[in-house]
Amino acid sequence: MYQTNYHRASTVDEAVSMITGASEGKYVSGGMTLIATMKQRLAAPSDLVDLRHIEAMKGIQVEGRKVRIGAALTHAEVASSAAIGAICPALCDLAGRIGDPHVRHMGTIGGSIANNDPAADYPAAMLALNARIVTNKREIAADDFFTGLFETALEEAELIAAISFEAPERAGYAKFANPASRYAMTGVFVAKGSGGVRVAVTGAGSSGVFRQSAMEQALGANWSPDAVMSVDVDPAALMSDLHASAEYRANLVKVMAKRAVAAAG
Amino acid sequence: MGVEGVGARVARKEDKRFLTGKGRYTDDMVVPGMKYGYFVRSPHAHAKIKSIDISAAKAMPGVIDALDGKQLLADGIGNLICGWMIHSKDGSAMKMGAWRPLAVETVRYVGDAVAIVIADSLDEARDAAEAVVVDYEELPAVIEAVDALKPGAPQIHPEAANNLIFDWEIGDAAAADQAIAQAEHVIEVDIVNNRLSPNAMEPRATLGIYDAGDDHYTCYTTSQNPHLARLVMSAFYNVAPENKLRVIAPDVGGGFGSKIYIYPEEIVCLWASKKTGVPVKWTADRTEAFLTDAHGRDHVSKVKMAFDADNRITALKVDTIANLGAYMSLFSSCVPTYLYATLLSGQYDIPAIHANVRTVYTNTAPVDAYRGAGRPEATYLLERTMETAARELGISPAELRRKNFIRSFPHQTPVILNYDAGDYEASLNAAMQAADWNGFAARKEEASQRGMKRGIGMSCYIEACGLAPSQAVGSLGAGVGLWESAEVRVNAVGTVEVLTGSHSHGQGHETTFAQLVAGRLGVPIDSISIVHGDTDKVQMGMGTYGSRSGAVGMSAVAKALDKVEAKAKKIAAHLMEADESDIVIENGELKVAGTDKTLPWFQVALAAYTAHNLPAGMEPGLKETAFYDPSNFTFPAGCYICEVEVDPETGTTKIVQFVAADDFGNIINPMIVEGQVHGGLAQGIGQALLEGVHYDESGQLLTASYMDYAMPRADDLPSFDLSHQNTPCPSNPLGVKGCGEAGAIGSPPALMNAITDAIGNNMLTMPATPQKVWMAARATH
Repeated sequence: MYQTNYHRASTVDEAVSMITGASEGKYVSGGMTLIATMKQRLAAPSDLVDLRHIEAMKGIQVEGRKVRIGAALTHAEVASSAAIGAICPALCDLAGRIGDPHVRHMGTIGGSIANNDPAADYPAAMLALNARIVTNKREIAADDFFTGLFETALEEAELIAAISFEAPERAGYAKFANPASRYAMTGVFVAKGSGGVRVAVTGAGSSGVFRQSAMEQALGANWSPDAVMSVDVDPAALMSDLHASAEYRANLVKVMAKRAVAAAG
Repeated sequence: MGVEGVGARVARKEDKRFLTGKGRYTDDMVVPGMKYGYFVRSPHAHAKIKSIDISAAKAMPGVIDALDGKQLLADGIGNLICGWMIHSKDGSAMKMGAWRPLAVETVRYVGDAVAIVIADSLDEARDAAEAVVVDYEELPAVIEAVDALKPGAPQIHPEAANNLIFDWEIGDAAAADQAIAQAEHVIEVDIVNNRLSPNAMEPRATLGIYDAGDDHYTCYTTSQNPHLARLVMSAFYNVAPENKLRVIAPDVGGGFGSKIYIYPEEIVCLWASKKTGVPVKWTADRTEAFLTDAHGRDHVSKVKMAFDADNRITALKVDTIANLGAYMSLFSSCVPTYLYATLLSGQYDIPAIHANVRTVYTNTAPVDAYRGAGRPEATYLLERTMETAARELGISPAELRRKNFIRSFPHQTPVILNYDAGDYEASLNAAMQAADWNGFAARKEEASQRGMKRGIGMSCYIEACGLAPSQAVGSLGAGVGLWESAEVRVNAVGTVEVLTGSHSHGQGHETTFAQLVAGRLGVPIDSISIVHGDTDKVQMGMGTYGSRSGAVGMSAVAKALDKVEAKAKKIAAHLMEADESDIVIENGELKVAGTDKTLPWFQVALAAYTAHNLPAGMEPGLKETAFYDPSNFTFPAGCYICEVEVDPETGTTKIVQFVAADDFGNIINPMIVEGQVHGGLAQGIGQALLEGVHYDESGQLLTASYMDYAMPRADDLPSFDLSHQNTPCPSNPLGVKGCGEAGAIGSPPALMNAITDAIGNNMLTMPATPQKVWMAARATH
C-alpha cells in the first residue's frame, strides 16, 4: 500500500520520462517536505524520481547582474555563494535562515519553489526579484508561477531546472519565525530594481505568497523604512491560525517590510 | 578522596555511553522471535464503539494477530487505576471511571487505544492497523475543565456526574473568609496554568516477553519506577504475579514525570505476548507521544489575598478547577491536591489559608505529574499574586516579600506542611545583588532609547520534595509507601556494588551515588558500580520522581553504608587486636586511631569473605540492605529574578538576564546540580514563553508535532547566573533537599512578572507568545 519505487535520474529528459511512466510519480530533491509527509502516510507516491544527481540542475552562473541558479542547489550552497553574495546578499541571507543546518544541506531551491508552502521563504524572494522559473519546457514569470497554497503553474511532469533573475540595486528580507516550526509566520522580501520596487510577503497570505502593491507604491515614492508604516494592510486576506491572527499578521507584514527595507539599505 | 567524594565536581560516569551512542534503551532491545505491535487509536475525542472488525487486518501480510479489548476483558485483565484516594469534602470517594487498556464500549480522547496489531515488521503492523475497521458513533466532546462542569455538558464517565471527580478542600474556610472581610486590602487575581506536553527525548516504549516454559513474563519499559510498575501490574491488572514478572527499565531518556505511570501499552504488550506466543515490542512515534503521554498542569484558579494596613498577608483563598483529562492516571489525584494546595503558603507566614479544588474529566489526554507536579501551579499562583499585590499596593515586590517571609523554623503552615529549615532572605538578597536590581532603572531607560520595553520580575518559590514519611502519605490517601531501599555489596576484592530502588533517567545517579560511597569508604569511584532499574536484581524500591533520589534514595545508601562500615570495623578491630571504637575509615584504609596500625579496605573485604578469622559468631560476607523512610518532606527554596526586553513592534520577548539563587541543602555534585537547574529553568521558561497544548473544539489535538508545539531551544535561553545559599536539611542524614524540579517551579512566575512589568499590563497568560504580548502591550495604550 505504501511501497514506492526509487529512480535516480541523470538528465532532465530522463527524469521526465521516468515520471511519465509512473502511475503516481513524484519528483524528489531534498525531500524535506515530501519524505516527512510520506512517513506520516499523508502522501504515497508510486514512484520517486530523484533529481539530486542531474548535473544540468546544479551550478550558479552570474554574468553581470544576471543570475541563474540550478534548481538542485541546496540552501546552504546558495547561502554561501560568494558570487550571489556580491550582487544580491539578501538572497544568501534568506537561504541561510531556512530551517536548520540539516535542512539547509538537504533542501533545494527548486524543491522549495515547486512545493510552494505558504510559509516557505524562497517564494517571497522569487516574487520580489521578479524571477523567472525555468522548466524543462518553458520559462514562467514568478508572478504567474505561484497560484495558491501548495499550487503552482507547473504542469504534469513539468520540472524546474533553474531559476533566473536580474539582481536588483537593493534588496532585503525580514522574517518573523514561527516559534515552533521556525517557518516564516510572516516574511517580507523587498527589492528595488530596474523595474521598480517589488514587495512580496510569505507566511501571511491566506492564498500563499503575494505582492503588497500599496507598499510597492509607497516605497517607489519614498524608499525608506518608515514609508511602509503608513500603508494599510488589510487582515481580510491574511491567515489566522493557532499561532497568529490575521490582525497580528497584518502588523507583522508592516514591521517586517520596514525591517527588510532597513536591511536593504 | 576529596576529589571524588560528596561535594566534588565529578564528571558524569554515564555520559560516555550516552554521548557515544552506546546507551541501551528499551527500543534497542532485540530478542529472538520478537515482533512489532502497532496500536489502533481513536480518531475521535468521544465516541461509542459500535463494532470492531479485525478480520481484514488478520489476513494482511506478516500479521501474527490482531487483538481488541473484548479479548483482553475475557482474559481478566483489569482496568488502569489511580493510586491515590482523595475524598470530596462531603466525604464521598473520588469518582473513578473505568480506563480499559483497550477501549471496549467508549473512546474518550483522540489517541485512546482500541486494538493492537502484531506483525513481523513495524510497517506491516502499521499497514494492518489501517485495515482494522472500527464503527464509531460520535458523541459530543468537551475540552476545557470549566466547560465540563457546566450543566448540560457531555458526560464522559457514568460514574462521575457533571464530570466532577472530586470537590476537595484544605485549610480553614471560615478563618480565611473572616480575615478577608476584615482586610485593609484584598487582591483578586485569575490564574491559568497552561497545559503542557512532557516531550521526553526518548518516546515511551515497551517490550513484553512471555516465556511459556517457565510461565514467566519480562517487561522492558521506559519507566521511572520499575518496581512500582511490577506491583501495579500484578496487583491490579492481573497480568502476572510479582514473582513471575520481571520489569526492566534500562537506560531511559528523560521522564519528567510522564514515565512514572503505568500506561495501557505495557499491559497490552505483555498480555499480547502470551496470547500470540511471540515477544511484542512497541515504541511510540512522536505523534503518539503528543497524543497519549500524560500531560501536565491545566489549572484555572480564582485567588483572593488579604493584607492588613502594614501589608502583611492575613489570608489566602483559592478556588481551583483542575483538568484531569479523559481518565484518572496513576497519581493524577494527588497532584492538584496534596502536591499543590499544601504549598500555597509559599515562603510566607500566612495565618489563614483555604483552597477548594475541583477535578474534572474532559475529552483530552490524561493529566498527571509533570516536573514539579502541583508545586509549579502553587508557586505560579502565589508569585503572580504577590507581584500583582505589590503593584496594587504600591510597594516594591522585594519589600512585600521580605515583610511576609517566614523567619523561624520549624514553621507549621495552615496547610499541613511543617517547614524544617530555610533562609529565604539570603536567597532574595543574593539574587537581587547578582541581578543588580538597583541598577534596573538605568537599564530600562537605556533600553527605551532603543525602542525596547525592559522589565524585571522575581519569584520566591518553595517546594516539597521526597514525599514522606510513608505513614503520613498513607493517611492522606497514597496507595504506596514512599521510602527507598539500598543494598551495598562489598565484593571480596573491595570493589562495591550499590543496588538502589531509585531510577536514573538523566539525573546522574551512577555518579552521585558513587560519590557518596567513594567519600565514605575512601575507595576510587571507578571501583563502585550503581545497579538500578531491574526488579530481578534490585530489592523492592519506589523509583525516582519528586526530586526524591538524593533525599530518600541516597539516604538509604547512607544507612546501608553505616551497617557495612560497622561490620568492617568489627572485622578490622578483630584483625588488628584493637577496640572497635578506635577504628576509623580513611583514604581506603581502616586505621586504629592514634597508632600506625592500618589495614587496606580490600583486605578487610577479603577477610569477610574468606571467613578464616572473623570475630566469634560473625556471619561471613560484607553486604547490607537498608530501607529508609524519611521523617519529613524536604523544602528546597530560592529566589529567581528575570529581566526581559520586549519588542513592542512584534511582541517578542528576549530574556536578557536570569538569576537563580537556590537553597538545596548540602550538594553532592555541584556540576550535576547546575545541570538540573539549567534543565529545569529551560522547562519553566518553555512553559512561560513557548509551550502550550491546544485542542480544537472537537477534541483534535492541534499541537501534535513540533511544527506547532514550541519547545525551548538554546537560542531562546540566556546564560543562567546560579548561586546557592544552602541550609542543610535536618530531616535526612545527608542534609540534602533535592534540585530536580526547582528550576521548572520557580521560573515561570519570574518571567511572567518581568514581561508584565515591561509592558505595563498584568493581563497576560502563559505561554506569553509574541502575539499575546503584542496585544497586551497595545491594550495599555
